[in-house]
Amino acid sequence: MKSFLYERATTTQQAVDALAKRLDAKLIAGGTNLLDLMKLEIEQPRHLIDVNSLPLSSIEPLPGGALRIGALVRNSDLAADSRIRREYPLLSQALLAGASGQIRNQATTAGNLLQRTRCYYFYDPRMPCNKRVPGSGCAALNGFNRIHAVLGASDHCIATHPSDMAVAMTALDARVETLSAAGARSFPIDQLYRPPGSTPHVETSLAQGEMITSVTLPPPPPGRQMYRKVRDRASFAFALVAVATIIDADSVAVRNARIAFGGVAPKPWRGIVAEQALLSARPSRDALEQIAEIALADARSQKHNAFKVPLAKRTLMHAIAESTRDG
Amino acid sequence: MAERNMTSNDQIASKNGPGFQQIGQPLDRIDGRAKVTGAARYGYEHIVSDKCAFGYILGASIGRGRIVAIDAQAATKSPGVLLVMTHKNAPAQARFGEPTTATPREVFTRPRPVLGDAHIRYFDQPIALVVGETFEAARAAAGSIDVRYERLQGDFEPELCAATYRPERTNAGFATDTSAGGFAKAFAQAPVKVDATYTTAFESHNPMEPHAAIAQWEGDRVTIYTGTQTLANVRACVAGTLQIPLDSVRVVSPFIGGGFGSKLIAHADIMLAALAARVLQRPVKVAMTRQQMFANAGHRPLSIQQVRLGADRDGKLIAIGHEVCSSTARFEEFTEQTGVFTRSLYAADHRVTRHRLMRLDTNRGEWMRAPGEAPGMLAVESAMDELAHALQLDPIELRIRNEPNLDGTSLDPDRGIPFSSRNLIECMRRGARLFGWERRSARPGAIREGRKLIGHGMAAAIRPNYIGPSRARVVLEPRGTLRVQLDMTDIGTGTYTILTQIAADVMQMPPASIKVELGDSQLPTTAGSGGSWGAASAGSAVHDACTKLKRQLLDLPGIPPGGLQAEGSVTRSAEYDRYSQHAFGAHFAEVAVDLDTAEIRVRRMLGAFAAGRILNPKTARSQIVGGMIWGIGAALMEQTLLDPLHGAFINHDLAEYHIPVNADVGQIDTVFIEEVDERANVFGSKGIGELGICGAGAAVANAVFNATGIRVREFPITLEKLLPFLPG
Ligand SMILES: Cc1cc2nc3c(=O)[nH]c(=O)nc-3n(C[C@H](O)[C@H](O)[C@H](O)COP(=O)(O)OP(=O)(O)OC[C@H]3O[C@@H](n4cnc5c(N)ncnc54)[C@H](O)[C@@H]3O)c2cc1C
Ligand code: SF4
Repeated sequence: MKSFLYERATTTQQAVDALAKRLDAKLIAGGTNLLDLMKLEIEQPRHLIDVNSLPLSSIEPLPGGALRIGALVRNSDLAADSRIRREYPLLSQALLAGASGQIRNQATTAGNLLQRTRCYYFYDPRMPCNKRVPGSGCAALNGFNRIHAVLGASDHCIATHPSDMAVAMTALDARVETLSAAGARSFPIDQLYRPPGSTPHVETSLAQGEMITSVTLPPPPPGRQMYRKVRDRASFAFALVAVATIIDADSVAVRNARIAFGGVAPKPWRGIVAEQALLSARPSRDALEQIAEIALADARSQKHNAFKVPLAKRTLMHAIAESTRDG
Repeated sequence: MAERNMTSNDQIASKNGPGFQQIGQPLDRIDGRAKVTGAARYGYEHIVSDKCAFGYILGASIGRGRIVAIDAQAATKSPGVLLVMTHKNAPAQARFGEPTTATPREVFTRPRPVLGDAHIRYFDQPIALVVGETFEAARAAAGSIDVRYERLQGDFEPELCAATYRPERTNAGFATDTSAGGFAKAFAQAPVKVDATYTTAFESHNPMEPHAAIAQWEGDRVTIYTGTQTLANVRACVAGTLQIPLDSVRVVSPFIGGGFGSKLIAHADIMLAALAARVLQRPVKVAMTRQQMFANAGHRPLSIQQVRLGADRDGKLIAIGHEVCSSTARFEEFTEQTGVFTRSLYAADHRVTRHRLMRLDTNRGEWMRAPGEAPGMLAVESAMDELAHALQLDPIELRIRNEPNLDGTSLDPDRGIPFSSRNLIECMRRGARLFGWERRSARPGAIREGRKLIGHGMAAAIRPNYIGPSRARVVLEPRGTLRVQLDMTDIGTGTYTILTQIAADVMQMPPASIKVELGDSQLPTTAGSGGSWGAASAGSAVHDACTKLKRQLLDLPGIPPGGLQAEGSVTRSAEYDRYSQHAFGAHFAEVAVDLDTAEIRVRRMLGAFAAGRILNPKTARSQIVGGMIWGIGAALMEQTLLDPLHGAFINHDLAEYHIPVNADVGQIDTVFIEEVDERANVFGSKGIGELGICGAGAAVANAVFNATGIRVREFPITLEKLLPFLPG
């Protein structure tokens, strides 16, 4: 770990000012990802700005039935919040499927969105990795890539985004609110993550010095919400595949559908085309298979991760079947 | 973890032989309080008289080759740095020597130099130690060391590694190959056959306490504070490596946060601390990071195992073949004895076992909980299940039909000598009853609950019983406290507790008056903890010492004013060679397999064991349950991935090296069959530290087959291996 300056911000403006001042500054929230990366010298900020004292820890109702979640709301608190459990059960399920109780107590909303990939090779500074050292190559391509992406990857990087929470938020059409020297802005969560392309080290659309202040959830869409995470052990493992669905249907028609995948792409992967196909389908077995095909139509797999394609399809079909089951 | 107390421990306790009151009782851990309050000090935590400096290990970033240049100037000048040690300035040490040693024993004590030369034998091999006033200073400086390598093509891919060779012997000195009858012909002619190849993965021990040491010199004498299973090994290795007399090395290891075989020999942390402390004339502490442990603190080799079983139509085995190829390091040989148990488990007239090795450019494999049985029984006990399925015979019945039995005597089929005791059948029968084996469907894939397939499996367990030469001293103080002193270790198994019970019984004293002192090489030498021989070896020595002390007391009116002491010992008796000694068991598992995702979850397990007298049912149960959980790990998730290009163990942390967590375990029940094996030792006990893992994974794998009808022979059974075969 490289030595660094530590500063505790007392106002959001102060944090943003400090962040803008130095290129090598970073915010630290729960620290559950950043500190690990600093110990391995994968992240080497020379200036840490602790945001934990900022007044961003509340969940507030907004006019019109939306909800604002402060950047510092802990994952445990968010999962346990009664409004979330009642109106956005998908989000609560996703959070509780992530990490462990101890980590969730510490992890924050913004930190969770911005956690970095769990690609093995990213985590060993001695390995070539375009995300860590641009231009050094991608060791995962010819190495173990069982946990890597089948959608949205590039020849430069096949890493996945590991968050469960972000997948649920993507299905819920959440918006990210930020503050920077240029002022406040708000944009759909889908725009937060950038495709890896030839610059996998540039992961988000946040500008230098831009801080996430909150995430807003629009009023819950109608329909059954479900988060299904498939993993190598029953708890405390990242998703091999996760599927978030919100489906409003009966045995005759589907009125509303949202589909998002985790564990398969460099970002939470929204299945817009499959959603539309589902809207015009009667939820029969054949139709489900077709929709799963559509959702994974662009999949490209590597030596060890081809199973993710059928796995994602089966998990999606199961989720839709469950959501459209009567009773 | 769900816990239900259905064991017959209480019955066992009440049926103790004369003179045993404490032995057999579920006494709480003596050291439990010290451990949960933090009072127990582990290797890295000891307080030494001078201020400690902190060492940080830098590991190689290639898997095979040579250091051409190493520039440590910046690191040396870095703030707070006291010393940067590389192969260029490391003090002279003994040579490492040949890949094999003259005797199996010497593997444990041979010199293990560090930073000896420019050669890189495996990825993450220590190439420098940075010592600083703080850990942080040392670690930061290590990052600035510049190294240039000459890279050689390494062998990291077992599939490509076609060349195998026949080692001289296996670990623990067993014959490499055995054969009886005429296997090839008998197998060819057998009416029912299984011929299957299984593979097992590299596994990493990952004890909670990382490998760590503090070294402190006083003149020419060094004290090593560390976590080790066997103090004598570390002592001999340090003395041999540094070329100093054995008497100049003291090893202190009162508490150990788990070893599982990874703390049987001295690793780089110990040697680096000793070297740096001598150079700096100041105590130095060195710990491996979790990541470094994967390459530097041992692993279980991977294996490819061909199992061939030939049987008649009644399920009587005619031919048993178990041929193993496992990985070893180019520079030091380790032959896991994966096929050895097969020689004693079932009877057949025609038998062959064989061990071959493939050289990889990794660090050496080491002893990992039940070396041999753990990977070997995954294969053989899966094959027995395959045979039972082919014969449409109940797996328990198949095993009963193949009990080695000659005219009513249970004879070891390989050695032709009687078993000291063998209650495998009783374990299977009792286990089946308690588990509800009758609920199993003989037809695979037949039980469905919603979107889950439910299956049941079983497997046998066998594990040799050992005893190692050990000594102990007991000191009765004038005020009536009995101090029990030996260089034995408690690696979390409960040694402090059972030795207290043993001393209490022989001396007829309350446990509270007994103080067991372990983990200091100045105390009488024992065989340490390993191979499940700890309780029998150290316990027998304590028993002997107490018996002698008691005899002295009989001739005296009371405790003399200066106190009284006695020494005791144990060695292998003649009985040891006259009988084949093993503990046995039977595992039962119920799994649920998700029809959509192929996720496998163990719902419950039950193990029934015949392991002689159970000294303490509470600590025994912990050992067995731990072993069974390891079995779940081996069957379903544990694997250390060796990158084929770089030779790095790439999933080297506990986020990506998966071991079962509580949610993976479900309910585990254990039961001990009443058994006293008088030929084993004075207590009639047998080792149990490793018995729980033997066969446990196979029971899980067999349950997966029973649930799905899909036989996966490549361990661990991760979901992608089932998925293509599950109905859509
Ligand atoms: C062993 C393990 C298992 C895990 N398993 C899972 C899992 O199964 N599923 C899952 O989803 N997650 C999992 N996690 C990840 C965990 O959820 C994240 O580490 C956590 O959410 C990060 O939050 P934090 O507040 O600790 O972030 P930090 O570590 O403090 O920060 C992470 C990043 O976010 C930036 N940041 C923080 N706050 C802001 C802000 N307000 N504005 C802009 N940037 C900011 C930081 O600069 C840093 O780059 C696991 C983690 C571990 C260690
Ligand atoms: S997949 Fe991405 S993160 Fe992983 S090694 Fe390749 S470039 Fe690095």
